[in-house]
Amino acid sequence: MTVLLRVEEVTKRFGGLVAVNHVSFELQEGEILGLIGPNGAGKTTLFNCINGVYTPEEGRIVFQGQDITGWKPYDVARFGMARTHQIVRPLADLTVRENVMVGAAFGSHAWGLTEAAVRADEVLEFLGLAERADMLAGSLNVAQKKRLELARALASQPRLLLLDEVLAGLNPSEIAEMVETVKAIRDRGITIIMIEHVMHAIMNVSDRILVLDFGQLIAEGTPQQIAQNPKVIEAYLGDPKLAERLMQRGA
Amino acid sequence: MSQRKPALPPAFRLADFWPALPGRHWANWALPLLVVLGLGFFPLLTGKDVHRETMFTLLRAVVMAVSLNIILGYTGYVSFGHVVFFGLGGYVGFYLVAVQGRSLWEALLAGGLAAGLLAWLIGIGILRLRGAYFALVTIGVNEAVKAFIQNFDPFGGPLGLTMNFAVYKAYGGPRAMLQMTYYVLLVLAVLAVLLAYAVRTSKFGLGLLSIREDEDAAEVMGVVTPMAKTWAFVLSAVLPGMLGALFFFRNGSIEPHEAFPLHLSIEAIVMVMLGGQGTVLGPVLGAAGYQAMRAFLLTNRYLKDIQLTVSGALLLLIVLFIPAGLIGWLRRRFPASRRVLL
Repeated sequence: MTVLLRVEEVTKRFGGLVAVNHVSFELQEGEILGLIGPNGAGKTTLFNCINGVYTPEEGRIVFQGQDITGWKPYDVARFGMARTHQIVRPLADLTVRENVMVGAAFGSHAWGLTEAAVRADEVLEFLGLAERADMLAGSLNVAQKKRLELARALASQPRLLLLDEVLAGLNPSEIAEMVETVKAIRDRGITIIMIEHVMHAIMNVSDRILVLDFGQLIAEGTPQQIAQNPKVIEAYLGDPKLAERLMQRGA
Repeated sequence: MSQRKPALPPAFRLADFWPALPGRHWANWALPLLVVLGLGFFPLLTGKDVHRETMFTLLRAVVMAVSLNIILGYTGYVSFGHVVFFGLGGYVGFYLVAVQGRSLWEALLAGGLAAGLLAWLIGIGILRLRGAYFALVTIGVNEAVKAFIQNFDPFGGPLGLTMNFAVYKAYGGPRAMLQMTYYVLLVLAVLAVLLAYAVRTSKFGLGLLSIREDEDAAEVMGVVTPMAKTWAFVLSAVLPGMLGALFFFRNGSIEPHEAFPLHLSIEAIVMVMLGGQGTVLGPVLGAAGYQAMRAFLLTNRYLKDIQLTVSGALLLLIVLFIPAGLIGWLRRRFPASRRVLL
């Protein structure tokens, strides 16, 4: 296995607030890495540092053996990294197909429009949006917009895909579908980091999980290890003893 | 960053400008072209000079509106300074013909180049501003260029320049020149429509539309936004530059107040909004409709003094009630028309 992404001591501050605090980790090619943590822990900010939306104050991002710290988002995208947004950002006045074509035409392969249209239709089929291809993106419902975000990112055929809460706001059956989709994407050879709050889903789909709290990496391990880690339980529930008591009461 | 980047895909290839969006209906380019040609050949059928002069003004508006649409409608950047390209192209072209004794053709070329170059310089400087900030600065640029030319002696300073009418002899005398320059304007209008169509349906244009819809999302998807915006600005500037060179050659004189009137920029915005920003056909119809209204107002005894007031009120009404303009409204109201109307 080769290391696809290396995050070294990355720190991002907003004024006095340290949103991401000396975070380091490595990502193997072909892995699904879960990124969890309470609200405001710095997960999305970390994504923004990785894909160039923010330039970290300290540390380095190494992607495919290349130091990409300080690159613009469009250069990072063209170098093979795609992402979705937690708050969906459809190009509302363009059709669904055109939205996905933007991803295919401007991403890492920079296909021409004809090729991009073919790729877009493939991806829309794969994600079950094919019938909506000619609708305006603004007219989709939330679940469909989430899929559209994913479709746009996927259409560029990235090496690395950053998924920011693609499950949030979906109902249980939609979540089950999306989890299968994420696994299918990995099986196509795309490495994934996903931020998620839906615990059973992220535990089920991830090979490895990182936990952020107040900008710091507090735990790293397999889903089983994370589920039993007292620091993680404390971060989520505030008190490790409380978790134990809850467990006992449940039993 | 000083470090060398590995081979990223090229930000633009020439092929990206080629109209290639698959499955386009032929009417997408044929309709706007037909409207322009129909308007353009109308005075040649009637043979009346007065019709030709009316249509000259109308086609001038078409070139201004259609070219403005590239930055305003496709890219989503409101520019109040579109007339600066018209004025600068006019001055450069006029100077070459009247002072340097060059031909009209060289003047057209130089006018277009000068406008494109100015757009490129402005683009690098101010296109990282967004929204209202960009709009404000474009007004400033227009006034700055005007102030510069008012103090620039080779261009005649505040008095401007006048043409020696003997120059027109090379073009068959003043009468023939008026007819010939009309044809040249028609060619410019056709070029404007073809350019607008090519940009709208090319990969480059898809990048511009994505910037209009959500610039940050576009960047994350790999659209090299600074370059795309700068080129959009340049493409929108070249034809007004050529138009300026042609207009003032025909006019026989040029002065700062004629070359850089702010209201011409605003009227162009009204035309684009009226017809439908971001569409190819919209600005053509908008320009024609606006000029028809303007002609009516200017010849009406009671309304002629408040013509610009009516335009302002019109802009307000469009923005409030049909922000998508005529074609945009039709496309929304009748989804089946989307294939044909662009």
